[in-house]
Amino acid sequence: MATRTSKKKSDYGPIYKGHEGQYSWLFHRITGVAIILFLFAHVIDTAVVGWGPNAYNRVVRVYENPIVRLLELGLVAAVLYHSLNGIKILLVDFFPSLTKHIRIMGIITLTLFLASMAYVTWVMGGQIIDLIKD
Amino acid sequence: MATTTEPRRDAPERSPQRDFRGGRDRPVGGFELWSWLFMRISGLLLLVLAVGHVLIMHVQDDGVGRVNFGFVATRWASPFWRTWDWMLLVLALIHGINGLRVITLDYVRKPGVRLTINMVFYVLGFTLFVLGSVIVFTFDPSKWPGYVS
Repeated sequence: MATRTSKKKSDYGPIYKGHEGQYSWLFHRITGVAIILFLFAHVIDTAVVGWGPNAYNRVVRVYENPIVRLLELGLVAAVLYHSLNGIKILLVDFFPSLTKHIRIMGIITLTLFLASMAYVTWVMGGQIIDLIKD
Repeated sequence: MATTTEPRRDAPERSPQRDFRGGRDRPVGGFELWSWLFMRISGLLLLVLAVGHVLIMHVQDDGVGRVNFGFVATRWASPFWRTWDWMLLVLALIHGINGLRVITLDYVRKPGVRLTINMVFYVLGFTLFVLGSVIVFTFDPSKWPGYVS
């Protein structure tokens, strides 16, 4: 029987006070669901290419809307987060001894995500600004 | 706590002092172990296929602003990109729908409701797999002369 240490009152607050891993788990789930839901629509809109140039060019014209382009930026963010956090999952699952470094791995994952998003936001933000200017 | 050799059926029993230094839980066998392994192997491939796709199509050059019928026709003139896109289609659909199945296992308790939700995703996924595969492999821009750059 494992010994139970008594819980501090702050352990039971209205806001979850778990490890960072709980949030990376949650974001992995949210981004995963967002990506698969987008994929359902994306297979259909790409399939329209089989109906010829008029049909397809009309479909891709939805991307001429800056708000759609912002959603697209969110999609890229979701794919990048899910991928980088996925690398972390692969590492700890195939090399279980790494689990003791999980906290620093989470920080590295988040840093890489924010750094790559800074670059992507700069590039795609420029495209959106050009779109608004035209 | 007594050691248990029973394979995990639903939520595993967790003690507050659970020690994760030995690694995270993994399914002990059967379909769930194959599912676990598939998610990791397909995830590794999708790191290249999906991230590459996103960077090429949405970030590089003018991003999605340059995508139109002529762009697709030029791109799919190469069997390499048709294969890339088809592998991405198949792996992303299975990886994503299996992910949805795992999530319904967590949140939907009633077996009938769970089965119904999963069947909707399976049928949708299969339909999109057929639709996407047919388009990727039968697309022929010469049916619309004058549009191929």
